[in-house]
Amino acid sequence: MLSESDLGALAITLKLALLTTLILLLLGTPLAWWMARSRWRFKFLLEAVVALPLVLPPTVLGFYLLVALGPHGPVGGLMESLGGRSLAFTFTGLVIGSVFYSMPFVVQPLQNAFTAVGRRPLEVAATLRASPLDRFFTVAIPLARPGFFTAAVLGFAHTVGEFGVVLMIGGNIPGETQVVSIAIYDHVEGLEYVHAHWLSGGLLLMSFLMLIAVYALNRRFSVVQA
Amino acid sequence: MTIEARFRIDRDEFSLDVDLSVPTRGITALFGPSGCGKTTLLRAIAGLEHHRDGFLKVGDMTWQDSDCFVPPYRRPLGYVFQEASLFAHLTVRRNLEYGIKRVPAAERKVSLQQAIELLGIGHLLERRPARLSGGERQRVAIARSLAVSPRLLLMDEPLAALDVNRKQEILPYIESLHNDLDIPVIYVSHSPDEVARLADHLVLLEVGRVTASGAISDMLTRLDLPLAHGSDAEALIEATVAGHDEAYHLTHLDFTGGRFTVVRKELPLGSAVRLRVAARDVSLTLEWQSGTSILNIFPAIVDEVIPEGKARMTVRLMVGGVPMLARITRKSASVLGLKAGKLVYAQAKSVALLS
Repeated sequence: MLSESDLGALAITLKLALLTTLILLLLGTPLAWWMARSRWRFKFLLEAVVALPLVLPPTVLGFYLLVALGPHGPVGGLMESLGGRSLAFTFTGLVIGSVFYSMPFVVQPLQNAFTAVGRRPLEVAATLRASPLDRFFTVAIPLARPGFFTAAVLGFAHTVGEFGVVLMIGGNIPGETQVVSIAIYDHVEGLEYVHAHWLSGGLLLMSFLMLIAVYALNRRFSVVQA
Repeated sequence: MTIEARFRIDRDEFSLDVDLSVPTRGITALFGPSGCGKTTLLRAIAGLEHHRDGFLKVGDMTWQDSDCFVPPYRRPLGYVFQEASLFAHLTVRRNLEYGIKRVPAAERKVSLQQAIELLGIGHLLERRPARLSGGERQRVAIARSLAVSPRLLLMDEPLAALDVNRKQEILPYIESLHNDLDIPVIYVSHSPDEVARLADHLVLLEVGRVTASGAISDMLTRLDLPLAHGSDAEALIEATVAGHDEAYHLTHLDFTGGRFTVVRKELPLGSAVRLRVAARDVSLTLEWQSGTSILNIFPAIVDEVIPEGKARMTVRLMVGGVPMLARITRKSASVLGLKAGKLVYAQAKSVALLS
């Protein structure tokens, strides 16, 4: 069964994934909206940046984040000069790393969903007296709902599955930055296969269930909208 | 009161240069072939497209000039798109309420109930748009645009995406807007039939320019415009029901040039009707014919005669101030000695009632 430190790792993992997903939904929604609507000439540059974590080895992203967040990096240095501590090997650092790492998994489904909504419903809303902000909340977001669901589940699941970035910037501090994927690695290193099995099986099941939910719900949505 | 619109739009493949003044009463049709800029003009009037060189005044409201541009959501207008474009995530009722909720109570002149009844959609309120037919969707869309109590209603080919039966289903509703609500309508169409049924005022557009604009009955019969020259050229006549002939089962319809007698229609006395007289159904004589089966004969003055191909002539007549067209052979015109100012008798073989 799961030991106390395994349960701790699980709790941290879920907390990290939940927080990351929330932050990404908040930041990613306006970003995806802008990317879906903008006709800016250099938009493709931003799209490439958002997609970067898809192809970058997590250790590369983790390395740069470690440098930036560490006591001598721009962010970490600023934190220390303000009387705080550097963000390397902290939970906050993990959240920042995860936000970058899972960004494309949230922003891309949202961007696709907003693009699929199209201009017409928003124009209709404009002729029905809805201001731009009003249209965004009462038309764009409800019509993009399947995209939000996909984005939330993918962002969450992807953060749960993180390894390289966490290893680089989180260290492996039980109760603070030790997540499930690293706990599994530790168990295997220590030849504790039973523990590794329990954690791995749990993670496998959870990811599978979440993806089933995404696909099942998206099917229902597409039927409704046809 | 008029709607004044001046727009100048230059794009690579298309330019629009329009200076237009139309009445704020009745239905104004923007008519022209596809690609002539009708929809672009309508979108510019709605403010859905912002073109810098523009001026737009609707009655006493200035919506756009060199230093102001009222965004569409602050313009008291209604807009019906070619596709119904209902909000897929809302029921019919919530679609209808979407606009009303955003209109200040003092400005609500059309009630939700009125809009629902006018378009006959009371039985659809709890449905989702996905479960409506094309015709039903468009009726809901029209009701939704009316429910915001617009001071100007813009309709962009609202029937174009529908088949003939659905068109027939919706046309009466649009006609009734005309009689029941005092809202000026700008109606984009490329269908002569819709224009003849609905329009009071007609604006002809061609490659981004207004070629002519005026009252529908004048525009249809002006010989310098293409409408009078097609094989289905026709005149429209506004008449009122003057009485019924019970013995012969006929109905009398009076207009300023005289009286039409048609097969009996169940219409109340005094009600307004629009008649349609095709040019090819009108023949001309120099004397009043008494021994004829034709009931509708009017003294008329020849206004203008122009050749139509090699064998035919189109004649514009004035019947008590109302223009009519006759399509006759060149030979007949020569035998009758037709020229402007000549008195003739116009015989209308058949008349169609439009409303």
